[in-house]
Amino acid sequence: MPSPKRIGKIEFGLLSPKEIREMSVRKIIWADTYDDDGFPYPQGLMDLNLGVIDPGLRCKTCDQKASECPGHFGHIELAKPVIHVGYTRLIRKLLRVSCRACGRILLSPDEVEKVVGTDDDQTGDQISEKDVKKERICPHCGEQQLKINFEKPTMFSEVLVEDGRKVEHKLTPADIRARLEKIPDTDLISLGINPAVARPEWTILTVLPVPPVTMRPSIILENGQRSEDDLTHKLVDIIRINQRFKENQDAGAPQLIIEDLWELLQYHVTTYLDNEVAGCPPARHRSGRPLKTLSQRLKGKDGRFRGSLSGKRVNFSSRTVISPDPNISVTEVGVPLAVANEMTIPVRVTTYNIEDLKQIVRNGPGRPTVNAPCGANYVIRPDNRRLRLADGNQDTVADMIEPGWTVERQIRNGDVVLFNRQPSLHRMSIMAHRVKVMDGRTFRLNPAVCPPYNADFDGDEMNLHIPQTEEARAEAYILISVEENILSPRFGGPIIGGIHDHVSGIFMLTHGMRHFTKEEVLYLIRFTRIEHLPPAAKEVDGVELWSNKQVFSQILPPELNMVFRASSCKNCDTCKKELCERDAYVRIFDGKLESGTIDKKAIGAFDGQIVNRIIRQYGMRQAAEFIDDLTKLSIRAIMLDGFSFGIDDEDLSKTEYGQIEDVLNNAVLDVDRRIKIYEDGQLEPMPGRTVDETLEMQIMQVLGKARDQTGQIAGRHLGLGNSAVLMAESGARGSMLNLTQMAGCIGQQSVRGERIIRGYDDRTLPHFRKRDRGADAHGFIKHSYKGGLSPTEFFFHAIGGREGLVDTAVRTSQSGYLQRRMINALQDLKVAYDGTVRTTGGRIIQFQYGEDGTDPTKSAFGEPVDVKGIVESILKEEV
Amino acid sequence: MIDRGGLLMSTKLNVMKHIMVPEHIIMGEEEVKKLLSHYSITTEQLPKIFHDDPAVKAIGAKVDDVIRIVRISHTAGRAESYRLVIRRPKK
Repeated sequence: MPSPKRIGKIEFGLLSPKEIREMSVRKIIWADTYDDDGFPYPQGLMDLNLGVIDPGLRCKTCDQKASECPGHFGHIELAKPVIHVGYTRLIRKLLRVSCRACGRILLSPDEVEKVVGTDDDQTGDQISEKDVKKERICPHCGEQQLKINFEKPTMFSEVLVEDGRKVEHKLTPADIRARLEKIPDTDLISLGINPAVARPEWTILTVLPVPPVTMRPSIILENGQRSEDDLTHKLVDIIRINQRFKENQDAGAPQLIIEDLWELLQYHVTTYLDNEVAGCPPARHRSGRPLKTLSQRLKGKDGRFRGSLSGKRVNFSSRTVISPDPNISVTEVGVPLAVANEMTIPVRVTTYNIEDLKQIVRNGPGRPTVNAPCGANYVIRPDNRRLRLADGNQDTVADMIEPGWTVERQIRNGDVVLFNRQPSLHRMSIMAHRVKVMDGRTFRLNPAVCPPYNADFDGDEMNLHIPQTEEARAEAYILISVEENILSPRFGGPIIGGIHDHVSGIFMLTHGMRHFTKEEVLYLIRFTRIEHLPPAAKEVDGVELWSNKQVFSQILPPELNMVFRASSCKNCDTCKKELCERDAYVRIFDGKLESGTIDKKAIGAFDGQIVNRIIRQYGMRQAAEFIDDLTKLSIRAIMLDGFSFGIDDEDLSKTEYGQIEDVLNNAVLDVDRRIKIYEDGQLEPMPGRTVDETLEMQIMQVLGKARDQTGQIAGRHLGLGNSAVLMAESGARGSMLNLTQMAGCIGQQSVRGERIIRGYDDRTLPHFRKRDRGADAHGFIKHSYKGGLSPTEFFFHAIGGREGLVDTAVRTSQSGYLQRRMINALQDLKVAYDGTVRTTGGRIIQFQYGEDGTDPTKSAFGEPVDVKGIVESILKEEV
Repeated sequence: MIDRGGLLMSTKLNVMKHIMVPEHIIMGEEEVKKLLSHYSITTEQLPKIFHDDPAVKAIGAKVDDVIRIVRISHTAGRAESYRLVIRRPKK
């Protein structure tokens, strides 16, 4: 690795006509490219001196072949000077700050010093247009200055006052060039221009460089026709007009025609440089497509900088749709056979592996089934020649192989690969998995690793990369494997854990007390690592029965001790502990679940207390195995009973509907009563609020409470037998609020936290009276999603819903940009061995990483040691 | 007496007394030498602070002085940092 170098300075200058002629190898005068035989015209745009693109020909300048010749510049002598569009701003500034007669800056030395400072004490400022007053008199020669008008894209004119009337006098590029030539070098420095590398008159082109053919190659179409590059097309235009211009000039054509041609030449040169200039119609292809000229090659997302230099494409990668498979390990990734047959790992042949590799070569490129041994696609000889393996040569190549060769072997089960989903916002967006070759056409992943990737299966695609060296594979496995990334550095807890049905399933399995027959138990634990069943908990009528807590305990490590409260815990004033009627007091004693329900708090992604404890006590590998067992067990558990949700799960009985009706009617009456008080002027404003604000707050409060009451009524009717309630209780998905809105009442719709007020004059919709302050006139929705909305309610719901959509759209774009800036600022920082955070130049950013030098994934929620957890696991009691 | 940048008799706010401003102390030559050798760095590699920073002016530090800043930290309780005083560059 080359050592880093400090950049002393960067200099920006202009190409002078002299330099352009010096670097040119050929003057171009013909607009034609190839003659009838397909041979380049001498002194044409494809002149052989400019480099070669056709194989077989040799460059006339450097005598190299097409693949080696880098190309050489030519030049076009322009009949008259034209303005370079990229510098119109600079030209305007220079014309406005310099004298039209003597070319000096229109400021006295004192005034210049005021802006720029003296030689010893420079302010760092440069003279700008604003420092020079318009139409003043030159302090050096006393010439009266004129106003300079600039019209996009390239028109400059002076405003003369003749007989009290304003007359615009056009400045030709030649006039402008003459003026810029007059500006002395000494004055340029205070304008921020270094005259050694950038004389201002060089912004007006007198000679145009012709880029080498290598950067504008022509393509031969299928029908044998040549198709020229956009740049070549533009150069053809320029040369044509330039030739015509010269002829007219020599023939002494009238001024009018000369001016027209000059303008046309200016247009072509302008669009050649930039085809998206304001005030200039873009030059188009015959098909109507705008030409991609010089500036367009650099600009934008697919331009040279963002597209070609910062953006890199890689080999040994693949991309396809993802789908779930709870039966594979979280550390694995299912790879379709078609992908696995295409992707390879180079293996160096040694005396130790030669027999294996010979067999792999014999297997060839077409692996027929998932379980067949892998083959190879290429072998590389010691002289770096690649031999493609195809049916027929496999055996011959296998016999040729000897140490020193390399075999590009297909990936097979157990290979380490990198798996990634964009946007790659945190380090868990790329993790190392182990390959599992599978049928089908999608990548398969265990749904428990969805949270770190933020993946779902509604059509998401993910990328797979194959590390190509031993070092890369070792690094990938040791540093970024899934096992190493269960803990998130964001909050120091597990980010991988049960989701959705895992949580529902394990909740259904462990809630309360139930017993299973041997068949049922074996069905549940079939795919886990459990090999021995504990003695049955009880025996009824000669049938051995195991308890549900016993079944779950089997996947726990044997010495685990912990006490915590499940997510269904309601934080009662006095905890009844083991006797909790919700079974929310979780107690694990020596690896046995004594009481409590396992749910999101215990095993969920982001919470996962048990997962967290296993990591601390037994390490990441054990935790990954626990998650594997857990996903398999919970999926079986949910399948044992079955789990579904339908429209009639939102049904309530007549009594509940009556109660909900009453609650809502009372709320509306209460609102009306408060409005009455307000209208009578009797409403006491709350401290710091106006009367109107107070009323609004009261209304919102009353209606909010009413909605919550309907939820309670619905919740009372729907017990844990209801799937939605079960999911909300266990933390699997949804909340009681969602259920309230489905079965009870949707409630108040809001925009920016307030009731909906915009619309027509003094009312939201013409369906209401003006100045109606009632609940339904400002977006309160009495109905439930099940019951259906009235037309006005539906409209208000759409208003409220739109706000949510806009918010998320704005938030994602803003936070995305914020993240980009953060990453650009911090990407090269690293923690040095002495605990300091440093830049690549060794400059210190933090004297201790995070000021305390602690890795969040190795600390216990900010504390270096989890004292409480350790004491509890030793005493086996809650402390 | 320490030069307090002419703040002693002035009615101006002394920023050092503000609750949000951490403690700034000018380090002695020996201290600086120890600091640099401890991290094996040159003064160039230290974080910087401009000479016209209100806190720098308040404690009267000059260009090329090194300042110790003691902050109350969320994570560590008390965190020390060091900054080299530099001249604010002209734009």
